[in-house]
Amino acid sequence: MGSIAKIHEMLVSKQCSCTELTKSYLEEIERSNGELNAYVNITGAEALKTAEAVDKKIAMGEEIGLLEGVPMTLKDNLSTKGIETTCCSKILTGYKPIYNATVWDILAKQNAVMLGKTNMDEFAMGSSSETSYFGGAANPFNTKHVSGGSSGGVASAVGANIAAYGLGSDTGGSIRQPASFCGIVGLKPTYGSVSRYGLIAYASSLDQIGPITKTVEDASIVFDAISMQDEKDSTSKGNLGGETYSKLDKDIKGMKIGIAKEYLDGIRDDVKEAILNAAKIYESMGAKIVYFDLPELKFALPVYYIIACAEASSNLGRYDGIRYGYKTEHYSGTHDMICRTRSEGFGEEVKRRILLGTYVLSAGYYDAYYKKAQNLRGAIVNAFNGAFEKCDVMLAPTVPMTAFEMGRAVSDPIETYLTDICTVPVNIAGLPGVSVPCGFNANGMPIGMQLIGKRFGEAEILNAAYKYQQAAAENFKDTKWGVKL
Amino acid sequence: MKYELVAGFETHIELATKTKIFCSCTTQFGGAPNSHCCPVCIGLPGTLPKLNREVVNYAIKAGLAVHGEIAEIAKMDRKNYCYPDLSKAYQISQLYAPLIIGGYVELSNGRKIRLHHIHIEEDAGKLIHQHGDTYVDYNRGGVPLIEIVSEPDIRSVDEAREYVEKLQQVMRYIGISDCKMQEGSMRCDVNISVRPQGSEKLGTRTEIKNMNSINNIAKAMEYEYERQVDLIESGGKVVQETLRYDDATNTTSSMRSKEDAHDYRYFRDPDLVTIKVSREEVEEIKSELPELPADKCKRYIEELAIPEKDAQLLTKYRKISEYFDEACNGVKSPKTVSNFIIGQIFRRTETEADKEIFNVSVSPLQLNELVKLLDSGKIRNNLAKSTLEKMLDSGKGALEFISESDMGGLDENALLELCKQAVESNPKAVDDYRNGKEKAIKALVGNVMKNSRGKADASAAEAKIKELIG
Repeated sequence: MGSIAKIHEMLVSKQCSCTELTKSYLEEIERSNGELNAYVNITGAEALKTAEAVDKKIAMGEEIGLLEGVPMTLKDNLSTKGIETTCCSKILTGYKPIYNATVWDILAKQNAVMLGKTNMDEFAMGSSSETSYFGGAANPFNTKHVSGGSSGGVASAVGANIAAYGLGSDTGGSIRQPASFCGIVGLKPTYGSVSRYGLIAYASSLDQIGPITKTVEDASIVFDAISMQDEKDSTSKGNLGGETYSKLDKDIKGMKIGIAKEYLDGIRDDVKEAILNAAKIYESMGAKIVYFDLPELKFALPVYYIIACAEASSNLGRYDGIRYGYKTEHYSGTHDMICRTRSEGFGEEVKRRILLGTYVLSAGYYDAYYKKAQNLRGAIVNAFNGAFEKCDVMLAPTVPMTAFEMGRAVSDPIETYLTDICTVPVNIAGLPGVSVPCGFNANGMPIGMQLIGKRFGEAEILNAAYKYQQAAAENFKDTKWGVKL
Repeated sequence: MKYELVAGFETHIELATKTKIFCSCTTQFGGAPNSHCCPVCIGLPGTLPKLNREVVNYAIKAGLAVHGEIAEIAKMDRKNYCYPDLSKAYQISQLYAPLIIGGYVELSNGRKIRLHHIHIEEDAGKLIHQHGDTYVDYNRGGVPLIEIVSEPDIRSVDEAREYVEKLQQVMRYIGISDCKMQEGSMRCDVNISVRPQGSEKLGTRTEIKNMNSINNIAKAMEYEYERQVDLIESGGKVVQETLRYDDATNTTSSMRSKEDAHDYRYFRDPDLVTIKVSREEVEEIKSELPELPADKCKRYIEELAIPEKDAQLLTKYRKISEYFDEACNGVKSPKTVSNFIIGQIFRRTETEADKEIFNVSVSPLQLNELVKLLDSGKIRNNLAKSTLEKMLDSGKGALEFISESDMGGLDENALLELCKQAVESNPKAVDDYRNGKEKAIKALVGNVMKNSRGKADASAAEAKIKELIG
């Protein structure tokens, strides 16, 4: 049973009150956050207020929803009315949104108990959460290692049981990669299935909000709750594939699971072995493994960095110190104020990507970079369409490696960019992908595998993921931290 | 050497939709600073634009009115530049796939000024400099605009003036904008160059911004034409640059050179989906369009026998032409209606603003009744004229001022009686006439008309008098 169902049962059966439960989460956060640095903003008072409301409902004998009273967290790039939302950037320090992100609107209405906002790479740019203005979030399996990124704080908190689940955002792997590094589940939904309204944009055509959870059931429950069409987001389409929870346990006999050989190139041996083991487990359940080539995948990383940086350079132009957030202290004139605010307010990685993005959109370079990348994006979409004629879901590693030690990402940006190689294709093609723990390396660090679906094929990949979870429960390990349910 | 002026226009027109282009804030002019704003139009992090379809419909109307082709698929792009009045540091506009392609504005000399395209975009806020500080008001941010980009087809200042007036006229007709240059709801940038008469090659152009009236456009163009010609004549070269027009000194000055030109880094806005326009929608919008001024003018001349100059006056503003159309309903001579409007009603709507509103105390139906009395011969022209004045003074209908006895004309005997009276009481006029002064008869006829209170038929009276004294 997943954490959400377990908590729901505890609340309904009155094993504990929502207030008691929330307090124990807050105590565990207090105890462990110094070392984990998962939370950047703890909202205990608000959490307890919601918990009280839930307790009242239970006391009155009212029915409560599955997510009601369940303590959770939001990545710090999701807008929360009246609660500081910084994207872990100095430039947004002090910024309190005057409106809620649609996903938070949905969950808040269901009395989700938000414990706080979690750490991330600054503006979701990074793969280790170390570009955060507040420093990196640690991996619950080994705090000398990174939790991944950019939704590293959510993964760290969920992995350490100091949140039952959390919402992250995934632009090039930012949900799946930290989930993989922290030995938990992370679902990046189809582009358009979850409203982006209120998600502070990094790269608008790639960004998508999704759940990070302990189990596949939890991911399914949260996805079903948040995927709906939102008139505030023109690109949102809602859950066209339908509800996923009731289909989790469907027999996968005869399911065709595709493996593109390119996904296995250049990945570490232990990771490759874990993926091939998972394939065997699927075969033992009656699924059919099909291998094929997907040569277009080699374009994915450069295409991703060109498009993401281009969009970021435009999305981040608005941080000028005039309306909200950080503003430089000493300046002469508007132009100087904007320059100084941005120079002081943005970190190195963000500046690097703004510069890259500005460059690829500039007159004389647009055709050579941005336009070409857009064309290749189309080719990648077509390649995936072709692949899904051969299989129902695709199996791939989530990351070519396991969580690395803190400090490494910062010293070598190019190597860090390579960690995204298996996750970015899904964003480029707008497909759903879920990362599921599939083993450990010699040092006990978790390995993740990725199931990739057709557009709006969440039900299928969650079904395959759930079946795997049942067959290989030993890969879903608890850490020493947090609340024991 | 003679130099030819070559100019093209970029005209921004604010659309009069109720709400902004990407949110539901009001577009109303004025209001306390930043009171017509929401998270979307002040570009708060995480907000997303949502296209107001009414803006597309208004732009399609504009496109149809200038004979443009409406694209089946249009897209929104981001134009990136950093300025405090632009809350997102990019303006959502169209570059790669604008909504309307081509079209033209026809001038009275028969020349067609071709349009390159028309696109939709959002307006920026406004900076207010006060007490040594700069403030920003985002009320205007997100107000919908169309930008009409012409080809460099304009060859004189007069053509430029007419081009802008024609655009203004047609856009007001179709009701998409009030096109007030002073209030900024219509703004023009002019690209201008000169070349030796007869040359095919375009000269180096400059762009003049910041002109808030048609007169200023004309003055700025005249100044810039002279400046460029003088420059070339004295062996210099025109430099491609953006100029600002200063109406106080009637000069242009440089804002930025070509080297400093913005690189807007246009790219497709990923937050907005493709705009699809079905042909059925276009047909529906077309069917809702009023008759356009050029068509109306042509119809008045050709079908209603209105002189061209009068037809132009009647079609200058939509309200006047609608008034005319209504007043003409079922009358024998539309020209009579036109004469009443231009001759008498216009004296009461002296300013252009009054003419545009055309709020007249006499309703078109009342004028129609009056003209029909005239048509049927029940009253004479003089009586109609004086009655119209009374109607305009009071707002009352014609029958308030014309009695039964005024109508039906005069019978033979009564006319004869009046003619006799006229002859008897004006011996001098009679003598003059008999001595060959043909005009003297007019005085006698006038006397008859006066005494009949306008009921007599002037030509019948004249014939009768000639009989008496001839």
